[in-house]
Amino acid sequence: MTELSEPVAFPQDRGCPYHPPAGYDPLRASRPLARVTLYDGRTAWLVTGHALARDLLVDPRLSSNRTRAGFPITTPRFAKVRDRKAALLGVDDPEHRTQRRMMIPSFTLKRATALRPSIQRIVDDLLDRMIAQGPPAELVGAFALPVPSMVICALLGVPYADHEFFEEQSRRLLRGPTAEVTQDARDRLEEYLGDLIDRKRAEPGDGLLDELVEQHAREGTPDRDELIALAIILLIAGHETTANMISLGTYTLLQHPERLAELRADPSLLPAAVEELLRMLSIADGLLRLATEDVEVAGATIRAGDAVVFSTSVINRDTDVYPGPDTLDWRRPARHHVAFGFGIHQCLGQNLARTELEIALAALFERLPTLRLAAPADEIPFKPGDTIQGMLELPVTW
Amino acid sequence: MHIEIDRDVCIGAGQCALTAPNVFTQDDDGYSMLLPGRADGGGDPLVRDAARACPVGAITVTDEPA
Repeated sequence: MTELSEPVAFPQDRGCPYHPPAGYDPLRASRPLARVTLYDGRTAWLVTGHALARDLLVDPRLSSNRTRAGFPITTPRFAKVRDRKAALLGVDDPEHRTQRRMMIPSFTLKRATALRPSIQRIVDDLLDRMIAQGPPAELVGAFALPVPSMVICALLGVPYADHEFFEEQSRRLLRGPTAEVTQDARDRLEEYLGDLIDRKRAEPGDGLLDELVEQHAREGTPDRDELIALAIILLIAGHETTANMISLGTYTLLQHPERLAELRADPSLLPAAVEELLRMLSIADGLLRLATEDVEVAGATIRAGDAVVFSTSVINRDTDVYPGPDTLDWRRPARHHVAFGFGIHQCLGQNLARTELEIALAALFERLPTLRLAAPADEIPFKPGDTIQGMLELPVTW
Repeated sequence: MHIEIDRDVCIGAGQCALTAPNVFTQDDDGYSMLLPGRADGGGDPLVRDAARACPVGAITVTDEPA
C-alpha cells in the first residue's frame, strides 16, 4: 500500500449533498487504508478500499458492541447513550444472530414483493394529496418522510397516528444537537414503545411487534427491554434512512436531467438506477467498529483497542471497482456497493428499502413530469456530516 | 458447477435470490435455498455474482460436478 497520509478530520460536512466532502480527497487517494481524527482527538483507521472493506466487515475481530470500553463515537451527542444496549447493529454474535433470526422472515425479498401493492397505495395517496394542495410543495414533509414512515408502521404494528411524535424523537436522537437531547429522545422512545408493547399484550394486532410479543409470551424471549431495543432500531432505521434516500435521490435526479430522461424513456433501468443511487449517495457514511485483537492488513497492523471506521462514500468510489466513480451511470454494475454495509450487520431492511425507493421514485416522476426544484439548488439545506445524509428540506414545484 | 449454502452462516439477507433469482430463493424462515434441480447452477452466469453478493460468504461455488 502507499504511505498513510496525515490524519484527516472525520466526519466532515459534504459540500454537495451527493458527493463526499472535498476534505476526503486525501482519504480517497490513500487506499485501502487511511488515518482519521475523530471529534475527540482520537486517531482511527479509516477503511477506504472496497476489497479490504468487504474483508474487514466480515472479520469477527472487529466488534460492533458499542457498550465495550473504547468503542469509538463520531459525535459527542452519542456519549450519553453509548452505555445503552442497542439491538442488532450494536451487538456481536451470538447475541446478534439470535436477534436477527427473529427478524428475517419479515424482511425477505418475498415479503418486500408482497408489500408492493400497499406501498404503491401509500405512495399514490400521498401524491394525490400533494397534487391537490400544490404546487409548490416541501417534498421531505409531504412525501419522502411519510412514505417509509407509513410502511414501517404497518409492518411493525405501530400506529401511524403517533408519527409526529416518533419522527420528532428519531430526529432528536440522531441529530441532537446536544447529548442531553439525544438521551431524552431515547428515553421518550423507550417509554413510548414500552407502553405500546404492554398494550399489545392485552390487545394483539398483526404487526411484527405483535408477533414478538406473542413469541415472548410463548418462549420467554425476547424480554421486554430487548423488545424495546429492537423496536427502536427497526422504527428509526425503517423510516429515517429511506426518507433520506428518497429526498436526496430526488434532488440528485433533478440535478442530472439526462440521467432522469434515460430513466423516463426506459423504466426497466429503475432497479439498476436505485443501486447506482445507493452507491453514489452512501447516506450512512461512517460505520464504526472496535478491534478486539490485532489484525494484520495491507501492510499495517490494526491493534486491539483501535477504532476502525468505514466510509461508505469513499469505499463506494474505489476506482478499482467503479471506474469514473463520481459519475452517475445506470449501466455500470453498481451491485456490490457497501451502502447497506456488509457482513452480519448488512442492512436488514435492504429489500424493503429497494422496493420503496423503486415505487416512490417511479411514481413521483411519472405523476409530476415537470417536477423541478423551487429554490436555487445550492441554497437547499442538507444534513451535516455527523449523521445520516439527506436533505433537510426539498422545495419543489411542477 | 456445484453450489453449497451454509445455512448456519446465512443471515437471510436475500442477496443471492436478488442477484440470481432463477437459482436461489429464500425459505419461509428467510434462509437461502436452491430452487429444485438447481444445485448445479443450471448454467446461470449470475451464480458467481450471487455468491459474491452474499454478505457473509455463506455460498460456495465449485467447478466439480455434484
